[in-house]
Amino acid sequence: MTSGAWFRRGWITPRNVVVAAILTFVVLLPVYTSGTGNYFLLSLFTRIVILAMAASTLNLILGYGGMVSFGHAAYVGIGGYVVGILAHEGITTGFLQWPLALIASGVFGLVVGALSLRTRGVYFIMITLAFAQMIYYVALALDRYGGDDGMTIYTRSQFAGLIDLSQKTVFYYLCVVLLLGTIYLVHRLANSRFGLVIQGSRSNDRRMRAIGFPTFRYRLTCFVIAGMLCGLSGALLATHTDFISPAMMHWTRSGDLIVMVVLGGMASVFGPLIGAVALLVLEEVLSGITEYWQIILGPLLLLVVLFARGGVDGILLHWHDHYRSASHGIGNLLARMRRG
Amino acid sequence: MVQELQIGGTDALLQIEGLTKRFGGVVASENVTLDVRAGELHAIIGPNGAGKTTLIGQLTGELRPDAGRIRFDGEDITAMPTFQRSLLGLARSFQITSLFLDVTALDNVALAVQANAGHSFHFWRDARSEAELREPARAALARVGLGQRADVMAANLSHGEHRLLEFAMALANKPRMLLLDEPMAGLGPEESARMVEMLRELKGELPVLLIEHDMEAVFALADRITVLVYGRVIASDVPAKIRANEEVRQAYLGEQEAVHG
Repeated sequence: MTSGAWFRRGWITPRNVVVAAILTFVVLLPVYTSGTGNYFLLSLFTRIVILAMAASTLNLILGYGGMVSFGHAAYVGIGGYVVGILAHEGITTGFLQWPLALIASGVFGLVVGALSLRTRGVYFIMITLAFAQMIYYVALALDRYGGDDGMTIYTRSQFAGLIDLSQKTVFYYLCVVLLLGTIYLVHRLANSRFGLVIQGSRSNDRRMRAIGFPTFRYRLTCFVIAGMLCGLSGALLATHTDFISPAMMHWTRSGDLIVMVVLGGMASVFGPLIGAVALLVLEEVLSGITEYWQIILGPLLLLVVLFARGGVDGILLHWHDHYRSASHGIGNLLARMRRG
Repeated sequence: MVQELQIGGTDALLQIEGLTKRFGGVVASENVTLDVRAGELHAIIGPNGAGKTTLIGQLTGELRPDAGRIRFDGEDITAMPTFQRSLLGLARSFQITSLFLDVTALDNVALAVQANAGHSFHFWRDARSEAELREPARAALARVGLGQRADVMAANLSHGEHRLLEFAMALANKPRMLLLDEPMAGLGPEESARMVEMLRELKGELPVLLIEHDMEAVFALADRITVLVYGRVIASDVPAKIRANEEVRQAYLGEQEAVHG
C-alpha cells in the first residue's frame, strides 16, 4: 500500500496529524521538562490540559447540544472551592473531596438547567451568566475562605498513598488521563442514543417533540453531566495552583471557554483540545512579544469565526477535502494531456 | 377506555368535540366537532385562514384549546404534551418541511424509530450502528422510494424528496393514525401523483387525517371531507355530497373557480 492510498483511506489527514502531534507533545512533555528542568512549560501545559478538559465538557452542551452556556466557569469555581474549603476544614482525603466537587457541581447544574433550559437564545445565555455571577459573588463574600483575596490550599488531596499529587509530573499525567477520559466519554455520549437526541434537539427541537421525545429531560441530563465533569476540572485547577479565588469563576473565564470551543471547532471531539492549546499558547507567545497582545489575538479570533465556521478543526478537515479535489483535478488534467 | 368507546357508540379512533381556540378577538377554531374512524381517510379542506393549521396544532398539542375535548382511542388527550401524543401513535407530517438538515436522510428516519424504541437514556453504544434502529428506518425510506438516497445529507435533498422524507418519518413513528399537513405542498405534478399513489396504498392500512389544498387529490382519496370556513365546520360528508353542497360551493369551491377561472 502506498502512502497515497493511506491518505485516501482517511487515516493520515491533516487533522489527525495535528491531533496526533498535540497528543504526542502532551504525553512526552514531562520527559523534556524533567530533563531540562523547565517546570514553567510543564505548569503551563498542566493548565492547558485542565482548561481543555473544562472546554470539552462545555463542548458537550454548546457544540453538540446547542446550549450556549455563558456560565460554565461557575463549575470550575465550585469544584475548586469544594476542594479548597474541605482542605481548609481539615478534610484532605481526595476520596471525599473529589466526589463532593462532582456532586456540588451537579446540583448547581440541575438548578441552573431546570430554570434556564425552558428558555432559548439570548435568554438562555443571560440566565446561565446570571447564575454564574451569583456564585461568583457568593465566593467573594466567603470571608472565612479568603473572600476577595482567595485562599491558599496547604495540603493537596490525599489518595491513601495510591497517588502523590504533590509530584508535578504525576499530577500532570493524572490531568492528561482525565482529559483523555473526558474526550472519550464525550465522544461516546455524543454518538449514543442519548447523544442523537441531544443533537436532534439542537437541530430542530420542535420536530423532536413531535416525533415523541421529551427533549427537556434529555437536555437537562446533558447539562448536569457537563457541569459535573467541569467541576472535576475545577478540582484539578485548584490543586494545580494550590489556590482558590473568585477569579476562577469570573465571567471572562466562561468567555475563554466558549472561545476555546468555537476556535477549536464546535461538536468536534478534539476541537476543545485544539482550541485550548491554540488560545493559551497564543496568549503566552503574544504576551511575550507585546503587552497589547489582545490587539493581535482579537482579530485572529474574528477571522476564525468569520471564515472558518468549524473552527481550526473545520479548517483541517476542509484542507483534506481541498487536497482531494486538487489531486483529483491534477489527475484529470494529466489524463487529458496524455490523451491530447 | 373500552367502556368510553362503547358509550361513545362509534368506532372513531380520533374524536374532536366542540374544539374552540381564540387568538385575541380572532376565532381560529369555533366549536369544531369531527371524528376519524378506523381505516378512514378523512380530509379537511378550507380556504386560507380557515383555521386548518390551528386545528392541527391543537391535535398535536402545540396549541392548547380554550374549550372542547380531543380523544384518541377513547383516551382524553386534550391536555397531553406533544411527545406523549406521538408515542400513543398520533404521527404528524409538517406543512413546512421540518427536518434535521445537518444529518443524512437515514439518520432522520432512524430518530423517528428511536423515539418509539423506549427511552433514550443509553449513553454508550453507537446508535448509528444499531440494526434495530437502522433497519426499520431503511424500510420506511424504501417504502417512500428514497431507498437510494439514504446516505445523502437531508440538506442536499430536493424539495420533493423532503416531502417524501417527512412521510417516511411519520411512517417510521409506529403510527396508529397519520396527521398529514399539506403533504402535497410545493410538489410538481409528477411528484404529486406519486404522493397520491402512496396515500392510496396506505388507505385502509392506517386512518389518515389529511389537510390539503390540492382538490383533485382530496376528492380522489378521501372517504369523508370536512369543510372549515373561518374556524367553523360548514359541512362534513362523503365527497359526492360535498361537491353538491351549495354552501360549500359558495364559501370555498366557488372562490377557487373564481380564482382559477
